[in-house]
Amino acid sequence: MLAFTVRRAIQAIGVMIAVGIIAFSMFRFAGDPVNQMVSIDTPAAERAAIREQLGLNDPIPVQFVRYFAGAAQFNFGISYQFRQPVATLLKERMPATLELATVATILAIVFGILTGVYSALRRDSIPAKILQAVSLIGISLPTFLIGILLIYLFAVTLGWLPSFGRGQVVRIGWWTTGLLTVSGLKALIMPSVTLGLFQMTLIMRLVRAEMLEVLRTDYIRFARARGLTTRAIHFGHALRNTLVPVITVAGLQFGSVIAFAIITETVFQWPGMGLLFVQAVQNVDIPIMAAYLLMVSLIFVTINLAVDILYTVVDPRLRATVSRAG
Amino acid sequence: MSVRHILLAATLASLVALSPLPASSQTLRYANQGELKSLDPYTLKETTTIAHHAHVYEGLVTRDKQLKIAPALAESWETPTPTHWRFHLRHNVKFHNGDPFTADDVLFSAQRVRANGSNFLSNVPPDAKFVKIDDYTVDVMLDAPNPILISQWDGWYIMDKKWCEEHDAVAPTPASATTPSYASLHENGTGPFTIESHQPGVKTVFKPFAGWWGKPEHNLKEIVFTPIGSDATRVAALLSGEVDVVEPVPLQDIQRVNASGVATVLNGPEIRTIFLGMDQSRDELLYSSVKGKNPFKDIRVREAFYKAIDIEAIKNRVMRGLATPSALMVAPQLYALSKDFTRPKYDPDGAKKLLAEAGYSDGFEVTMDCPNDRYVNDAAICQAVVGMLARIGVKVDLLAQPKALYFAKVLKPGGFKTSFYLLGWTPASMDSHNVLHDILGCRDDPKDSTRGEANLGGYCNKELDALTDKILVETDTAKRDQMIKQAFEISIRDYAYIPLHQQALSWGVSKKVKLTQRADNQVLLYWATKTEE
Amino acid sequence: MLAAAVTLSFLLLAIFAPLLSVQNPFDPAQLQLANSRFAPLWTADGQSPFLLGTDEQGRDVLSAILYGLRISLAVGVLGVLFSGTLGVVLGLIAGYVGGAVDSLIMRIADVQLTFPAILIALLVNGVAKSVFGNRLDATSMLVVLVIAIGLSFWVQYARTVRGSVLVEKNKDYVAAAQLIGLPAPVIMLRHVLPNAMGPVLVIATINLALAIITEATLSFLGVGLPDTMPSLGTLIRIGNNYLFSGEWWIVAFPGIALAALILSINLLGDWLRDALNPRLR
Repeated sequence: MLAFTVRRAIQAIGVMIAVGIIAFSMFRFAGDPVNQMVSIDTPAAERAAIREQLGLNDPIPVQFVRYFAGAAQFNFGISYQFRQPVATLLKERMPATLELATVATILAIVFGILTGVYSALRRDSIPAKILQAVSLIGISLPTFLIGILLIYLFAVTLGWLPSFGRGQVVRIGWWTTGLLTVSGLKALIMPSVTLGLFQMTLIMRLVRAEMLEVLRTDYIRFARARGLTTRAIHFGHALRNTLVPVITVAGLQFGSVIAFAIITETVFQWPGMGLLFVQAVQNVDIPIMAAYLLMVSLIFVTINLAVDILYTVVDPRLRATVSRAG
Repeated sequence: MSVRHILLAATLASLVALSPLPASSQTLRYANQGELKSLDPYTLKETTTIAHHAHVYEGLVTRDKQLKIAPALAESWETPTPTHWRFHLRHNVKFHNGDPFTADDVLFSAQRVRANGSNFLSNVPPDAKFVKIDDYTVDVMLDAPNPILISQWDGWYIMDKKWCEEHDAVAPTPASATTPSYASLHENGTGPFTIESHQPGVKTVFKPFAGWWGKPEHNLKEIVFTPIGSDATRVAALLSGEVDVVEPVPLQDIQRVNASGVATVLNGPEIRTIFLGMDQSRDELLYSSVKGKNPFKDIRVREAFYKAIDIEAIKNRVMRGLATPSALMVAPQLYALSKDFTRPKYDPDGAKKLLAEAGYSDGFEVTMDCPNDRYVNDAAICQAVVGMLARIGVKVDLLAQPKALYFAKVLKPGGFKTSFYLLGWTPASMDSHNVLHDILGCRDDPKDSTRGEANLGGYCNKELDALTDKILVETDTAKRDQMIKQAFEISIRDYAYIPLHQQALSWGVSKKVKLTQRADNQVLLYWATKTEE
Repeated sequence: MLAAAVTLSFLLLAIFAPLLSVQNPFDPAQLQLANSRFAPLWTADGQSPFLLGTDEQGRDVLSAILYGLRISLAVGVLGVLFSGTLGVVLGLIAGYVGGAVDSLIMRIADVQLTFPAILIALLVNGVAKSVFGNRLDATSMLVVLVIAIGLSFWVQYARTVRGSVLVEKNKDYVAAAQLIGLPAPVIMLRHVLPNAMGPVLVIATINLALAIITEATLSFLGVGLPDTMPSLGTLIRIGNNYLFSGEWWIVAFPGIALAALILSINLLGDWLRDALNPRLR
């Protein structure tokens, strides 16, 4: 078990280094950061001096090693645009993204399971069919368009919900949360729905398919034969068997939710890491871009690792396969 | 007590403890597409950032609502000789931390703004020597006369010598900073507002400074600034009343905002000129089907391009009427004799003939570089230009990119890698000399390496350069204006550039707010008043 | 069945776009600023021949949709073919060869699965730019998109095919084929693969929809073909800006077209899955 975990942790570090190398080799083509740091009428000689001081003229491997040496000690450098430590900026922005992604995932799981169960049990009913179609329309439009449409409807036309930002946030230590104020909760509604819609559809379809499958298995037939109530069969047996794969998928998709938050955060001016990343790309703020990509890949590999370990703990048979395969 | 009750109680408690003061009508909420990047006033010369600094910092001089130079920290000044200026400083001015403002701060700031790492080097000429006469008098000695010495001093903000020394911020925060600088996260100016909190890229809160020397025109007790990058979201926030002032409102949304009953759009001509440029220096274009020669070296081709542009169609369709077609490379507000110039007529047939005469009766191919997130409808203008040139037989391949990539390619550090491009220019000095020097000046002047810095196409006429140098030192305004006229006439005769228009300012302002719009697009809220509902 | 018909008709519309359009919206010479921002034909401000109105450049919205459909479908179909081929081949190898090769492929798949498609696409796009430089013509940009999207979707195929191979591998007919000396690739392609084709087809349909949406999302982030050659996604992104101004047709019709396309592909996928999975019948 320990050997397995260590091996996986080493693989995870390997993945992060690979991401770092790819990231650094592409930054060179994101534009010239100096252009965004000085005014357009800045003389070329002055620009050249800045490039030199930033070490942008060094070979890519040198820049890369320098950056990683710092990153290993949690020093991600100074943001080109804001002249602030990147670590501080990320720390400030992270709660917003994690809160948004978590709420979106919970919404997706809750509503996905409810609608999924309903449409499996009432397979041929009209509402179930409508649910299926509507959920598909939700994933047939790009996220950014859904976001703008929601803003137009609920912020501009009806005036119910704020069109941007996090509302009033409460500071708990270094963490900020919008979950404890009315304006914070209101501000969370549209972005989390926009972000969670895709996952919700996915989960709903998964639950429906799994439920249908499980309901056909022998032991359910056996339970029915034993005279258990339909309710007990559906929720005690069928749903319980469905939940494990569903939660696993939702967990694996959490990384995806964080990545898609880039779009949602841009549309709703949500002050999270995704927005910071988009602004960094526009301004060729290399320290922020690099730190964001590393941060996100860290989250991904952690999720991956956690799921693997959980799997082996939950199911010894898998452990056997995994250790043999690894 | 169930979990839900605990949560509810916690929520209520936090609401009582942490909710802000009730929203007052004198809190002004403002959203801009751009951000306030650094609080250090010498770090980045960029409109949005400078405009924010203007609320907390002040220069010796300022510009009024009509962009005329006006006294600020200097009450008055005189020029005993053309190379000697004397400034009389305002008494009883305090920095936000209570330090008194004196001549020492001016001398310190003059040094700091010209130090390595400052982005405002050109605001104060290197040859200007600052001499303290007494605590409230400063002399400036020059090597040569300079009639526009103070033209950029409205953007040179005075900092507190003592405060900078205390906080290890004597040197400007350079672009290449590797450690965070105190001055980029804190401010200590003399201006009408202080910054209460600043979260870069998220939110900045300004409060009025009770000890300000002047009499406030505004009635605000707070300004909350949020950058909102997405156009649609910014407009939505204005329409839903969540913000009071936004800049800019996209042209297509102006009607909608005006019809909303909640807000109106303030439009006015901006002093930025948008123009097209052509590579006239290389012997063969970098990106063209023509090999072995450069078609843009032929003046007939440049004239043909100029005449192929239907500027009225661009104004009416792409810019929705909100642009002022321009015959000059400088805005009419900045040059008194602009009226003497008119654009040559739109003449596609004439353009075709000119192309044929130049030997391109079948046209040719060329790539156009264009930013797509810098100027108002920039990429749309370029697309329209591509269509217009297609009609005279020139096939233009459009490369529209975000400004980060565009500028990296076309500017001097990128090696001027362009054959045909769109650019916008606001002369920092608010004066034609800047245009003649930076845009129309020859690039390879051995005596003046910064001449032609933004002349991406490499247009060069020594006669024009000679005039430009005379214009710099000429102190008689009428004579100077005539010389500028001559210089512009040379460039027009050469078809050096194709000026398009001055784009329009477009600020969305709530009906509760009254605000003055200045033509340099600086949103200055110290002139704003907000009424009760 | 309806879904199949709708999907097919979208395909035909895309193929015959030049015959059905009043202009070539990709050719700037055919666009007239004087024709810009006409409302759809049936409204008061309509102008013949622009049935669904025109955009700011004088581009006919209907023609733009038809041509945009071509781009979107091309990216989607090629992306699915690329990822499908890659996934199937890797899945076959992993399942058939087994051992270290298997575990290597599956490890990569694990990592890949946690990385979201748009991030992979952004990385591929960045790498392509670093290899080819910033100047990419339309065709190579299309290739980059296809590779970017293809690389983010291959895992599902690989896992599915590997699973089927593991099941089939131990069956008698495979052993027999091995006995008579058939080479491994032949066994895999001729005998094992057909048994795995059902699920692969289902995944392919669903991924086609995903790929098209991913392309649209990428265009929002500024990655993809230039605005002068708009895909459906690009049309929607541009049209987005006119949502508040009353020029609704610029975004509404491309939006409806995209939603209808994705919806029909998804329904087709559902139908295929039900048809190919007898247990659900």
